[in-house]
Amino acid sequence: MKTFKIGGIHPSEDKLSAKSPIRQAGLPRQAVISLYQHIGAPAKPVVAKGDEVKVGMLIAEADGFVSVPIHSSVSGKVNKIDAIVDASGYRRPAIFIDVEGDEWEEGIDRSEDLVTLAQHPELTAEEIVGKIKAAGIVGMGGATFPCHVKLSPPKDTKAECVIINAVECEPYLTADHRLMLEKPDEILVGTELVMKAVGVEKGYIGIESNKPDAIALLTERAKEHPHIEIVPLKVKYPQGGEKQLIAAVMGREVPAPPALPIHVGAVVQNVGTTFAIYEAVMKNKPLFERVITVTGKDVRQPSNLLARIGTPMSLLIEECGGMPEDAGKIIGGGPMMGKALMHLDVPVCKGSSGLLLLSEREARRKAPQPCIRCAKCVSACPMGLEPYLLATASALRKWDVAEENGITSCIECGSCQYTCPSARPILDNVRMGKTTVMALIRARNAK
Amino acid sequence: MNVIWIAVIILGAVGLVSSVVLYAASKKFAVVEDERIGKVAEVLPQANCGGCGYPGCSGFAAACVKAADGGSLEGKLCPVGGQPVMEKVAGILGLAAEASVPKVAVVRCNGTCENRPRVVEYVGVRSCRVQLLSGTGETACAFGCLGGGDCVAACQFGALSINPVTGLPEVNEDLCTACGACVKTCPRKVIELRPKGPKNRRMVVKCVNRDKGAVANKVCKASCIGCGKCVKVCAFDAITVSNNLAYIDPEKCKLCRKCEEACPKGAIHAINFPPRKPKAEAAPKQEATVGAVVSQEKKEA
Repeated sequence: MKTFKIGGIHPSEDKLSAKSPIRQAGLPRQAVISLYQHIGAPAKPVVAKGDEVKVGMLIAEADGFVSVPIHSSVSGKVNKIDAIVDASGYRRPAIFIDVEGDEWEEGIDRSEDLVTLAQHPELTAEEIVGKIKAAGIVGMGGATFPCHVKLSPPKDTKAECVIINAVECEPYLTADHRLMLEKPDEILVGTELVMKAVGVEKGYIGIESNKPDAIALLTERAKEHPHIEIVPLKVKYPQGGEKQLIAAVMGREVPAPPALPIHVGAVVQNVGTTFAIYEAVMKNKPLFERVITVTGKDVRQPSNLLARIGTPMSLLIEECGGMPEDAGKIIGGGPMMGKALMHLDVPVCKGSSGLLLLSEREARRKAPQPCIRCAKCVSACPMGLEPYLLATASALRKWDVAEENGITSCIECGSCQYTCPSARPILDNVRMGKTTVMALIRARNAK
Repeated sequence: MNVIWIAVIILGAVGLVSSVVLYAASKKFAVVEDERIGKVAEVLPQANCGGCGYPGCSGFAAACVKAADGGSLEGKLCPVGGQPVMEKVAGILGLAAEASVPKVAVVRCNGTCENRPRVVEYVGVRSCRVQLLSGTGETACAFGCLGGGDCVAACQFGALSINPVTGLPEVNEDLCTACGACVKTCPRKVIELRPKGPKNRRMVVKCVNRDKGAVANKVCKASCIGCGKCVKVCAFDAITVSNNLAYIDPEKCKLCRKCEEACPKGAIHAINFPPRKPKAEAAPKQEATVGAVVSQEKKEA
């Protein structure tokens, strides 16, 4: 079975909610829709206090090319535009909407009927990318990079294939897994749309072998789509990393930044994004809801919820049986790359793939011990870096050493820290060093 | 015999030619280093802290000599050595030293554990920079001190320490040389170099929260809410409020301490003043006497 060659680890999978079908989460009383839901320039609000909005209505427009518009996820009245501490841990502006009823914009096809590409042969690549851009779609695996930017590759590059990232290598998370089981045909049509948008004839869907039901179902349905190949992958973290997935599926290494996946001919999209692309192009539905896994060993009912953007996390926890008594840490995302939330009213945003409730005992970090030079972090690093060196250089503020040793290539997967027998806070320091070095490089280039 | 002579002649010729080339090169590429640079470097403290803005003491010495050639030492100050060292430097260079104001690092945050409740617990590397990656810190204040101790690590002179009770850094004014290393390293720009002031006394707004009053008030008991009361009472136009935050200009401040009393949040602090007489706080009448005492002390100074 295929996998990437350098590094990687295999943490406990703990896919507790894999058998739980996707269900609709309740509507919040007030939706808080952040203007910073994507990488790039924040969206500019086009509504004001007191405005009536409907589900799917444009409430903030893109501010530049690397930016996306934001649509209302609820119907009701705009209460205010104010700052809220969001999943990033920072205070950022958001639109607060008091929910009244659930009235959708006209023109959104709410039926369950499958619309295939064969029914719309007139769709051109530009039209597809235009619809994706207008629907405000971003990478839904967590990176939240505007989708239309990825689908508009630079002139000097040529895409050879599309890879759909259905790896879901983070422990606990099952949102993509359930989506594949419940919407396989939609995902395949979405894949075709991405292929058409970038003008390639070949599409791969990479799925880890711990989801045999999804592999079997998609392989069966893909018989009607001869250009799409389902690629089962050996279970290894961080296979869902874009570069790792390309290495696993195509056997090609993406060079160090500023090279992009497109430079080796690959366009990678998350499976959740692919479904959102299908809905945007075929059903005229902008991105205002997504599947999010709410899980944890002490959660009464680990679930996959279809939640509106802007729903507070506290509501999702209620939906799943309430807050466990011994909860010690609430993480937005998965346990490896997710980020602890500052409070429970953090709203769901386009990149929220999971909500993980860890108990006090699970959340506790071991006291760090001195480095024993075992080099386990070096073997685990999927980018072929030397994490111990980068961490030390960062802690000692030796930015030049960190830069020479490729700190900007770090994908912050946390494999080094996971594997460290001395429980050293390697990633904490590397991440700090990476942000500092990136800022230094930007300042240097700006001169 | 012949062989020996040939060897001697060849070696002699090579030697002669090389010596001519080396002599010419030494004249052509001679680097004349001003001897004053060495002399200036000798009187500098050799802390190599970079507080002067130059790479180490020798770099600063070279810069001083260059400035002296321009006729003035203006703007050149060794914060570690202060005025006495600059006078020596000026003496070597045959100039009068510029009057410099001795400065000291001031922590502009009073978000103690009591004033600023912790809303989350941070578990990880104790470093402000690392902590900032996970959010705004343990308190809800998005501007104040994080208490991670990056400034303590940056200080070469052991002048900073974190007070375990308040969770905030404290400056040992005797050890602080105002090199500015802490100012540069603080990711929140909480520390400022301020003039020591007459008799080492100074007025400081101990807050850097630029949020609107309502928000700032909620997150910390000792925050500046930008109400502007201090601006009104200041007779010397020393205080300005911008971005919902008051700032006292040390050059204009006459240390009358009126702003300290006017501040409803107690964000303005009088540092190194003798304690007020207990009566003064109870009866506003006594204010005049306090002012008189202060002005009297100022005269003595």
